[in-house]
Amino acid sequence: MREIMVRAMYCEMLGYDASFTYIHAIKLAQQGGVLEKRVGYLAVSLFLNEGHELLLLLVNTVLKDLQSTNLIEACMALTVVAQVFPKDMIPAVLPLVEDKLSHPKEIIRRKAVLALYKFYLIAPNQVQHIHSKFRKALCDQDPGVMTSSLHIYLQLITESPDGYKDLTGSFVTILKQVLGGKLPVDFNYRNVPAPWLQLQLLRILSLLGREDQSTSELMYEVLDESLRRAEMNHNITYAILYECVKAVYTIHPKAELLEKATRCIGNFVLSPKINLKYLGLKALTYVVQHDAKLALQHQMTIIECLDHTDFTIKRETLELLFRITNAQNVTVIVEKMLDFLHVSCYVPMKTLTFAPDNSWFIQTMNDVFSTGGDLLQQDVPNNFLRLLAEGSESKEEDDQLRLYAVDSYLTVLKGDASHLPQRFLQLMSWVLGEYAHLQESVDQREVIRLLTQLLDQRSVSSETRVWILSALTKISEGQTDLILDLAEGLSSSQDTVLRQQAQELRQLSQDSQLYEWVLFHLVALVCVFSSQVDSSLSFLDGFVSEALAAGAAPYKPPHQRQQELCEDRALNLEPYSFSLPVSLSSCSITDRQSPTLLSISSGLSGNSTELSQKAGSSTLILEGVKRVWGKDGYLQQKETTAPPVDEPSAAVQPSGQQEAAERLEPQLEPSTQNQDKQQLASSLFVGLGAGSSITTDSFLYGSLLEEEPATSISAFGHTPKSSTANGPAQNKDTKEDRRANTSHILGGDMVIVRPNTIQDKHPPPGSSDLTALLPADLKDLPHSDVSSLTSDPSLSMSSCRLFRDEALLLVIFISNCTETVIKDVAVQLTCEELEVCYSFFSVTHRPLVVTTEEYGKLWLSLSHDVKQNLKLLTDARDPLRTTLNALKDALQLHVVDIIGSEGIVACRLLSGAPCLLHCRVNGAALAMWLRSPHPVLPYCILYHCQRALAQTPR
Amino acid sequence: MIKAILIFNNHGKPRLSKFYEHYTEDTEQQIIRETFHLVSKRDENICNFLEGGLLIGGSDNKLIYRHYATLYFVFCVDSSESELGILDLIQVLVETLDKCFENVCELDLIFHVDKVHNILAEMVMGGMVLETNMSEIITQVEAQGKMEKSELCAFLSLCRPLSFSVPDRTGRHRLGSQGLRRVLCRP
Repeated sequence: MREIMVRAMYCEMLGYDASFTYIHAIKLAQQGGVLEKRVGYLAVSLFLNEGHELLLLLVNTVLKDLQSTNLIEACMALTVVAQVFPKDMIPAVLPLVEDKLSHPKEIIRRKAVLALYKFYLIAPNQVQHIHSKFRKALCDQDPGVMTSSLHIYLQLITESPDGYKDLTGSFVTILKQVLGGKLPVDFNYRNVPAPWLQLQLLRILSLLGREDQSTSELMYEVLDESLRRAEMNHNITYAILYECVKAVYTIHPKAELLEKATRCIGNFVLSPKINLKYLGLKALTYVVQHDAKLALQHQMTIIECLDHTDFTIKRETLELLFRITNAQNVTVIVEKMLDFLHVSCYVPMKTLTFAPDNSWFIQTMNDVFSTGGDLLQQDVPNNFLRLLAEGSESKEEDDQLRLYAVDSYLTVLKGDASHLPQRFLQLMSWVLGEYAHLQESVDQREVIRLLTQLLDQRSVSSETRVWILSALTKISEGQTDLILDLAEGLSSSQDTVLRQQAQELRQLSQDSQLYEWVLFHLVALVCVFSSQVDSSLSFLDGFVSEALAAGAAPYKPPHQRQQELCEDRALNLEPYSFSLPVSLSSCSITDRQSPTLLSISSGLSGNSTELSQKAGSSTLILEGVKRVWGKDGYLQQKETTAPPVDEPSAAVQPSGQQEAAERLEPQLEPSTQNQDKQQLASSLFVGLGAGSSITTDSFLYGSLLEEEPATSISAFGHTPKSSTANGPAQNKDTKEDRRANTSHILGGDMVIVRPNTIQDKHPPPGSSDLTALLPADLKDLPHSDVSSLTSDPSLSMSSCRLFRDEALLLVIFISNCTETVIKDVAVQLTCEELEVCYSFFSVTHRPLVVTTEEYGKLWLSLSHDVKQNLKLLTDARDPLRTTLNALKDALQLHVVDIIGSEGIVACRLLSGAPCLLHCRVNGAALAMWLRSPHPVLPYCILYHCQRALAQTPR
Repeated sequence: MIKAILIFNNHGKPRLSKFYEHYTEDTEQQIIRETFHLVSKRDENICNFLEGGLLIGGSDNKLIYRHYATLYFVFCVDSSESELGILDLIQVLVETLDKCFENVCELDLIFHVDKVHNILAEMVMGGMVLETNMSEIITQVEAQGKMEKSELCAFLSLCRPLSFSVPDRTGRHRLGSQGLRRVLCRP
């Protein structure tokens, strides 16, 4: 089998179809011993791609092998994970791969790091919680692991250099150590210590130091060092030198280094070795953006390179020339480029912005089009036409340019036009159609004759014919006789488009009134379109609301639909288990994919329960009512309780709403259906008008990213009444009670309530029981611990958060530690003093108190779900309960129920959107499954859960 | 990132192809053909880099190749890789192959596709350079080979009564190995 598989691999490589062996490759990986397994995995990684359906069969094997104690098996599994695993399977293996980061063997750690990097590339949000582990990998004692973690950092830093400035020091230190030969001799290649590692580091440093003086200063020394060290005569040292030079020119400049780098470039360019010359040119190209003078020193070399036999060198030189193009040298450079164009189809069009005059410009463009022709990218002629049509500021110049274009094209057309590329012909006909009237000295009949002549040529493609014909339409005014002949000839053409156009042309030329009317309106239409396009399609609002009132479902954007479809098809990658303790027995389910009716009772295995839950989200629990939805919308209706208006309307959907009708999801009880539809309609239009739903989105993202909330907690000053002393021996407390009453989450107004009571009590030393001082109406509310904010010998300040249903109250205690009476305390609070993220979260979330049954129903109705494994607090006797309680304390969740190894938890946004969490103990991890109507909310909550668990002391 | 690693001989016959991005069967074959076409036209004394063909991502990608005796080793990489670095990576790959097969030749690549792939997997993983340290690569490959051998021995000892024998290929003709040697020995 093994031998056969190897042969199949070979066949596949030679281009023969060996798809029948795919399944055997998977089998081999599943069942064989190490030897077979290896071949099996290898075959799988060669045969299957990320989207292949057979990959599902591999998941279990990979999971098993990842847990295997056999090093080689684990290695193979990691390799295949990094090679072929798609996005939706990552959660299944993520925790196992994560564990591998702390594996004793470095080869495993290294592969795990790379696998995680791959995951990061595919699905960045799934690995965001392990960034700290990446840091650990960076500090790994094995240089190999550290090297592979640099891949991740290179990527991260490319995306956002600002977030990793603090690591500059570490990178510099690593590079110093490498240069100093601190690595084992094994890592040397041609006596250069770990060259690839150096390359990587230099690239990271240049990214970090870009436009940042302070960071750049950290690395001057080490860059100098590597420039100095890399003076051996070997390829790899040149690679390092090149990277150094690039870094030196990218970071904040330092004269001394620049000088050295310039010398290096000189060496490169002058080198007889062709590879080095290439690099030198590349470096020059990069450098001249900063310092154009540098090119002057190497003028002669550059000119030599232009005539070099090597294509790559030539092209790189042109690239360089393109960078140094200016108004003076443009003619020469473009000439060179045109020469090059004869052999290749590459020319950077931007050069032409320096064109000295119109005639030259048009002539050059003619050359470009006639030689480059159909090989040019589509946007080149388009841009050219736009330039002609829109013109610059002065009308005169534009007209002159157009005139010149018309002239030159007429000349071209008078010659032999048969060999010209189609694209050039199209362009010419358009220009002639638009602007031929500008040229008064040429008879329009002549133009028409030329174009007709073109039309008759056999080499002209039918697409070009259409262009020509529309040009003729534009200039045909008053030339009826010519046109009629033409139209007559073409109306028997085989091409329907041509025929139609010819017909139109004939009609138009016969009726001059119509002609004028059409042209006028055409122009007007173009003006209207270019000036204002109603992108929100508001003129359709009426139609949409009618359709909605008639029972159509609100429109969902394609990605959401796609997502839901995917969810429907998604497989449960976790081992089967009993799912939620929810009674499903009375729930009849319809599967969207098939019109057959399924009925699933409770106590099913996880997979089918999941299916039923998904389907349940679309049908929801109409007791005794059966609905069947197929791919084509309504297939059958037996709805008895729904209002009669629902049926016909949904059946007679207008075609535009067909899609919407397909997606029709009665999420609501029949009795409230109409009213809720109104609501849906209004929310739909809010979405159209880019309203609140979007703000909620960004707001949630905001909290995800730990940005400062939009809520402005403005600084406020406040002068409390001073307390009066009751007795000289007693300490006096001034207690201030402030209610930060955010009336609406996004509103962000703070209402400050004056202290309603002034209580003087004896606070116990240490004042841990300040909460006892709360006013009566607040005493029963759940509250966080009192945390001390600041204190000095005379005053101490602490705060406490109270969670009310609709608001978060921030209570600030100010206590007088001395025995003197304090009058007029002025308090100023700015938002920096608040733990912004934390309080922000508490502002937005409230526990959602539901019973298990309600939870079950709600669960079924929610559509967006997210699964992830979290850390479990293990050291307690009942880890699940401990973990959930920790979460509850930290995040204001409501623990609905805990049954065996599963727990259900709920919370909601202040605005009402619920989020349900289902937790299950899965080995040492907590398998978390979140659902919410809001697409982003689960991610947000998941993120906070991760944070909370990470912060909890073990 | 490395997009693909191709090895083909002077006639354009693929000897090893590994793609780190997904292409369809047909495209892969076309890429190999196109690459061969691009690379084989080039003289010995011009540089080892060229723009990628149209199929494999156009001008954003680069082909970096080396020619040893009968074989072309081509790496297709994007702009984030260092050209000379990759060039030396090819050298490392070839030297490693040479050590593992003791004087490598084209036939080794044909008869031990799996082993070559395994060596490659130790060097490059999912398009990223994993290991450039030659001795480390060889250690890994040998460790795996040893494990295989022990398993094979156990298997053979079971089969001995049936007089099972392993096919022996030591006497094969070594194609172009001398040329390869020569290139390898060049400083």
